Amino acid sequence: MAMTRDEILKEIQDVLVDALGVDEEEVKPDATLMADLGAESIDFLDIVFRMEKAFGIKIPREELFPAESLLSTAEYVSNGKLTQKGLDELKKRMPHSDLSAFIEDPSVNKIGDLFTVDALVNFVDGKLNAAA
Amino acid sequence: MRWIWIDKFIEFNSGSNAVAIKNVTMAEEYLHDNFPGFPIMPECLMIESMAQTAGILVGEARQFKEKVILAKINKAVFFNYVRPGDTIKIHAKIESIADEAASTTGKITCGDETIAEIDLMFSHIDQNLAGKQFPKENFVFTDLFGVVLRASGIAAPAFGSDK
Repeated sequence: MAMTRDEILKEIQDVLVDALGVDEEEVKPDATLMADLGAESIDFLDIVFRMEKAFGIKIPREELFPAESLLSTAEYVSNGKLTQKGLDELKKRMPHSDLSAFIEDPSVNKIGDLFTVDALVNFVDGKLNAAA
Repeated sequence: MRWIWIDKFIEFNSGSNAVAIKNVTMAEEYLHDNFPGFPIMPECLMIESMAQTAGILVGEARQFKEKVILAKINKAVFFNYVRPGDTIKIHAKIESIADEAASTTGKITCGDETIAEIDLMFSHIDQNLAGKQFPKENFVFTDLFGVVLRASGIAAPAFGSDK
């Protein structure tokens, strides 16, 4: 099923309003799931489940939110920052996120900022429209 | 301690849905403490009864190997009171289940009336990506739940004893 980015965004907004109890106006494309919308770890699974239903696709959690497992790999992290190797791996695993700002300061505690509404839209867009 | 808020299962479809019942009686002490002189079943305990019904359903779907912990209340809306003498039915359905977690929807009814709608999320806590370790024994599914299952005619493995 082909969907436009606007249609995908509308669905994602509904998903996030239901999963996080936020208002639709708050779910802007550049809003971050954690800092702006208050998502916690269990919410990420809730979002995955709801997106699977909304779009009729299978989403391995690792694929959409790979950061957690990346951070637990020793060679990817040093002094609270991602190493070059870690950044390379992150780029490979998160093609749906805009990493340009993060690369300037790849602090582990900023990694949450990569999960934006827009990243979710990109991810679904890639899944639906690559298959089409 | 006994903290069982369901009396028995009357329907149990593995990995899909279940219905449990609870008889609410004047003999239960908690009814008299919430609003003295106005005995009703507290709403938080209705959530607990749903957590037990849905949690056992989720646990059974993975042969009770996971530690299934209530992680999120997605929705809890109440439409009427539950009073002594009422028999409530707790209907739970698995919406999604994955290695790490499950989500359920459900409602509580009394006769034909919907009393509550309660949607929950459970975490399989050994599967957390942070790699946190928990005690080896399954402290969620203790034998008190085994007693409820077996009394409902549902096969249950030998759970550990309750502490």
